[in-house]
Amino acid sequence: MKGNAIEVSKLFKRFGNVKAVDGISFNVKEGEIFGFLGPNGAGKTTTISMITTILTPTSGTIKVYGTDVTHEKDAARRLIGIVFQDPSLDDELTGWENLDFHARLYGVKENKREIIENVLKLVGLEDSAKRQVKTYSGGMKRRLEIARGFIHKPKILFLDEPTLGLDPQTRRKIWDYVTRLNKEEGLTIMLTTHYLDEADMLCDRIAIIDHGKIIKTGTSDELKRSLGGDVVRVGVEKKKELIRAVKGKPFIKKVKESDDGVEITASDGSKVIPIITKIADSKGITITYATIKRPSLEDVFIRLTGRNIREEGADSTTAWRRMGMRARR
Amino acid sequence: MTNTLEAAYAIWLREIKRFLKSKSRMVGSGGQPLIWLSIIGVGLGSAFALKVGTGIPFLTYMAPGVVGMTLLFSSIFAGVNVIWDRQFGFLKEILVAPVSRLSIVLGKVAGSSTISVLTALLILVVVIAIGVLPLSDLSVLGVLAALLFMVLISSTFVAMGLIIAALINNIESFQVLINFLVMPMFLLSGALFPISGALPVWLDALSHIDPLFYAIDGMRGSLIHFSTYPVLLDAGVALAFAAIFIGAAFVLFKRIQGTR
Ligand SMILES: Nc1ncnc2c1ncn2[C@@H]1O[C@H](COP(=O)(O)OP(=O)(O)OP(=O)(O)O)[C@@H](O)[C@H]1O
Ligand SMILES: [Mg+2]
Repeated sequence: MKGNAIEVSKLFKRFGNVKAVDGISFNVKEGEIFGFLGPNGAGKTTTISMITTILTPTSGTIKVYGTDVTHEKDAARRLIGIVFQDPSLDDELTGWENLDFHARLYGVKENKREIIENVLKLVGLEDSAKRQVKTYSGGMKRRLEIARGFIHKPKILFLDEPTLGLDPQTRRKIWDYVTRLNKEEGLTIMLTTHYLDEADMLCDRIAIIDHGKIIKTGTSDELKRSLGGDVVRVGVEKKKELIRAVKGKPFIKKVKESDDGVEITASDGSKVIPIITKIADSKGITITYATIKRPSLEDVFIRLTGRNIREEGADSTTAWRRMGMRARR
Repeated sequence: MTNTLEAAYAIWLREIKRFLKSKSRMVGSGGQPLIWLSIIGVGLGSAFALKVGTGIPFLTYMAPGVVGMTLLFSSIFAGVNVIWDRQFGFLKEILVAPVSRLSIVLGKVAGSSTISVLTALLILVVVIAIGVLPLSDLSVLGVLAALLFMVLISSTFVAMGLIIAALINNIESFQVLINFLVMPMFLLSGALFPISGALPVWLDALSHIDPLFYAIDGMRGSLIHFSTYPVLLDAGVALAFAAIFIGAAFVLFKRIQGTR
């Protein structure tokens, strides 16, 4: 039985009147990839900043591997690696020099050269290491930051919107590095995102956060199942007869008419279809088609918050902010 | 402790690397004071054919002041540059590291001071080479003492820059600070003209709380044997100022938070 890597309890952060983080509690288990999923301004970065000692909480406690973050800052810092949402590289220095700086700050001396070479290889930047970072593309900078976060062998790595504003190919690469760090190095990872596919794909467990509060936590499957299950659509002429015949049968939760057939909500769609066809056969009802729709995380999100995660314009604002930061360098 | 020094060394090294990579900064930090020296010194100096005190030529009087000015401006700007580190996110990378905030301040002070003092030494060599500072006035001990004052000036003002950067977070308010803090400090320091007797009482009093005043006075005493106070007293006061400002920067950096 594995312990907890992070324990957050009744955490608050206020900026003037803004309750950026409004009393959240959660645990991250050792060795898992834990995702913070929420729209812009939900409080994801503020939470990560507090866990990583960058911001002081208004109140609440945070423990990282049993170390109290507010009271034993340096001890906590040693356990933590972080990739910030906004760029945090020295553009004037080369990629190598950025990593070397990091190694020195964290007192990495033994095999320093080897370690730096390894992390560079991991993110595929070994050939660009001697170039100034200002000549890197956005994706290369992001990869360098991920490599850097891992140099001092932290026990837990924080990734704040690791793929924001990157093209699909680079995003997939970054997912790959993240999975490898988790599987091969056994690193605990906490990441924030407002990409549903990212959370779905990468995370063992997801916390949905909105307006500074955690609304629900669970595995992707658990969250989806909480909506009541799969929706099975069956094409049929004799709608009423079919409804009468399948009502109350195993797995079936809800049955209603649809335009060209019947819509059935069931805990497991794939098990329900054979049952339905069998019943239909025995009653002489002809079924023209059957489809299963699993609820997506998006459906979960809409149900829980009453809106779409990517409100009009929200996505582009953050991407734009990141670009703006770069442009000013 | 070793960790503190190593982290400070990492930060020092970064400052030096950045400086060496930026040619414009290298030219600018040496060129600006030389322009000042020629315009003000030659222009005004010859116009008034001033002699200071016991008949010291104005240009000679001004030479240590120009060295001090170089240090003042390059150091305070270097300290304030932390604002850019914050703006560009690099400060977060430093703040999240398990290093004492003292090593961050010391590393910054050491790195920027190294650059400032080297530039100031360059100015000093030029000033000696063109005969403004007569070689006959100089002694080894005097030059070493002047070097000490240079280190104290730059440490004080890098720390002051760090304090400013920790307190304000936009470049606009920095312009205001330059006008209301740095320029008066410069003008009241006696770098350009002798203060004693030249100013109304209240300005004279202000000049005596000007950290630059004592260091420039001490540097002038060490180099051309002309000073208001004994060099040792100047050194003591300059050292105290450096310690106070570095201490204050340390306290502020302990509280600094990583967000904009
Ligand atoms: N330094 C600050 N001063 C004032 N308000 C702040 C500050 N930092 C964050 N906030 C506010 O706190 C709230 C949460 O911000 P936070 O950056 O944590 O959101 P987020 O979930 O990371 O959003 P995003 O997806 O845009 O990164 C927002 O309303 C934001 O405006
Ligand atoms: Mg954020």
